[in-house]
Amino acid sequence: MKNKKKNRRRYTWGDLSLRGISLFYIGLLILLPLVAITVEAFRGGIPALWKNITLAQSVYSLKLTFILSFSMVLINVVTGTATAWVLVRYRFPLKNIINAIVDIPFAIPTVVTGIMLVALYGPRSTVGMLLGKFDIEIIFAKPGIVLALLFVTFPFVVRSVQPVLMEMDKDMEEAAQTLGASRVRSFFKVVFPTLTPAILTGAALSLSRALGEFGSIVIVAGNIPFKTQVSSVYIYGEIESANIPSALGSAVVLLGISLLILIILNFLQRWSSKYDLRQ
Amino acid sequence: MIYANNAEPRITNIISARQKNERRMSIGKWFLISGVLTWFLVLILFPIYGIFNEAIKNGLKVFIDQLRTPASLHAFWLTFLTTAVAVVINTVLGVVMAIVFARQDFKGKLFIESLLDLPFAISPVVAGFMFVVLFGPNGWIGSWFESMDIKIVYALPGMMIATVFVTIPFTAREILPILREFGREDEEAAATLGASKWQTFWRVTLPSIKWGLAYGITLTIARSIGEFGAVMVVSGSIINQTQTATLFIHDQYTDFNYPGAFAAALALAIFSFVILIIIQFLYKKRDLDKPKDLSLIEEIPDFPIEEGPVKNQGVPLS
Repeated sequence: MKNKKKNRRRYTWGDLSLRGISLFYIGLLILLPLVAITVEAFRGGIPALWKNITLAQSVYSLKLTFILSFSMVLINVVTGTATAWVLVRYRFPLKNIINAIVDIPFAIPTVVTGIMLVALYGPRSTVGMLLGKFDIEIIFAKPGIVLALLFVTFPFVVRSVQPVLMEMDKDMEEAAQTLGASRVRSFFKVVFPTLTPAILTGAALSLSRALGEFGSIVIVAGNIPFKTQVSSVYIYGEIESANIPSALGSAVVLLGISLLILIILNFLQRWSSKYDLRQ
Repeated sequence: MIYANNAEPRITNIISARQKNERRMSIGKWFLISGVLTWFLVLILFPIYGIFNEAIKNGLKVFIDQLRTPASLHAFWLTFLTTAVAVVINTVLGVVMAIVFARQDFKGKLFIESLLDLPFAISPVVAGFMFVVLFGPNGWIGSWFESMDIKIVYALPGMMIATVFVTIPFTAREILPILREFGREDEEAAATLGASKWQTFWRVTLPSIKWGLAYGITLTIARSIGEFGAVMVVSGSIINQTQTATLFIHDQYTDFNYPGAFAAALALAIFSFVILIIIQFLYKKRDLDKPKDLSLIEEIPDFPIEEGPVKNQGVPLS
């Protein structure tokens, strides 16, 4: 079939110039920068790069980024699936408004998210002072980072699970329940397997976003090495102080992981199309 | 209802089981709903309340005065400029790329198409860093510009490039599925009827993607206005020179001028609410872009098939 198409199609100069423009644009703005940063990182050889990656501060910030991002993803998977479930299956007051506001973290600039959290939980705010009495620190501490990550990634799981739930028939679930399965059991045996690709997609998108998140964290967490310094903030600091080699080390690690998640997402998309009921 | 043909005792069994289930369900249901609402309130709505509260606390006049400082005005102006550039470039090239990927086949297309998603995946700081490596004074391309006395990094062009980069996928990714779903038939029909490529684009292709395009543009605007990390790395954040609104907020915050930071943050937040409303509106409209014959197919099952002919019997044909 493919050959037939190829034989039939003849591209005019117009088509080819459009293709040329597209390739040039993607090549110049996406591929070339990617190649440039990779080549620069490997320029001094792999041992030198490894030394830069394994600097104590770099390792700490990478570890912190991973631990906090994974904690966020775990929370997000549960709350996001629950939110999608409630929005699809139940009727309650203000539902439509809430459904609309779910997207707000995508619209709000990340810096503004950071400032919002400071305004609410900062040491000078009412809530912050109250928490201070119990010695709970949120701003300039790790809980603040997790809160910021939860805020900026909130829509991902909800918005990837919601359409699948909407498409899904209740028949299977009801069949399972008529056959004697409890609601919880029918959820985990019938609904959950169908939702798995969508939940994983949401989780992967959240993770990808969290690992690179900068704006909200730099405001909420400050830049305290070995305490609240996540990888993106560390890279920024190294660029500012002209330590390009150590910035390149961490940047290449983050970049590699981003690419890996992108590949996983592609795979998930193919997997979930198996469950696409519209086909 | 499905069980109507079954033996009676089983019906009652099933019904009572269902009732039991429903009672349990309603407890679980309200537990879930209140849990989700509480989480939503604490995570999303409280912080929004927080910023409103802090920014307006000292009166509306303070809020407006903080926004009217020269540095603030300049920052908002630069945000407008970079956003405008990103929107124009990525609207035109987004449409071009979508048409190429939807209508042409060539070697390596899959690879290049997957490159299109990279700006979403990469950390903004790393994205900015890439452009410093490429366009910086000692960079691959930057050194050449440097010899001609053109500054890219730590100046406006670099900030624009960074903003354009982070928004590349939006329009292209929005239009691509619509173009794929549409197929070539309408465009080929127009061409057979003698329309030029240009006419076909304006009369056939563009109307079919218009809502998707509008949606993509709105997302581009939202992201451009909010971009921080990439622009921060590329610009050096020099006050009154290379500071966009988000950089200005950060700068005010680190200088402990909290009223200034809160005021500018609230201004941007309000703006993003407006954009959110537009996005919601366009999101619904975007479904109108779907091919018409498909929507017809979906309607058929709802059509009362048995009643149709009966009603029509009495209608005279003329």
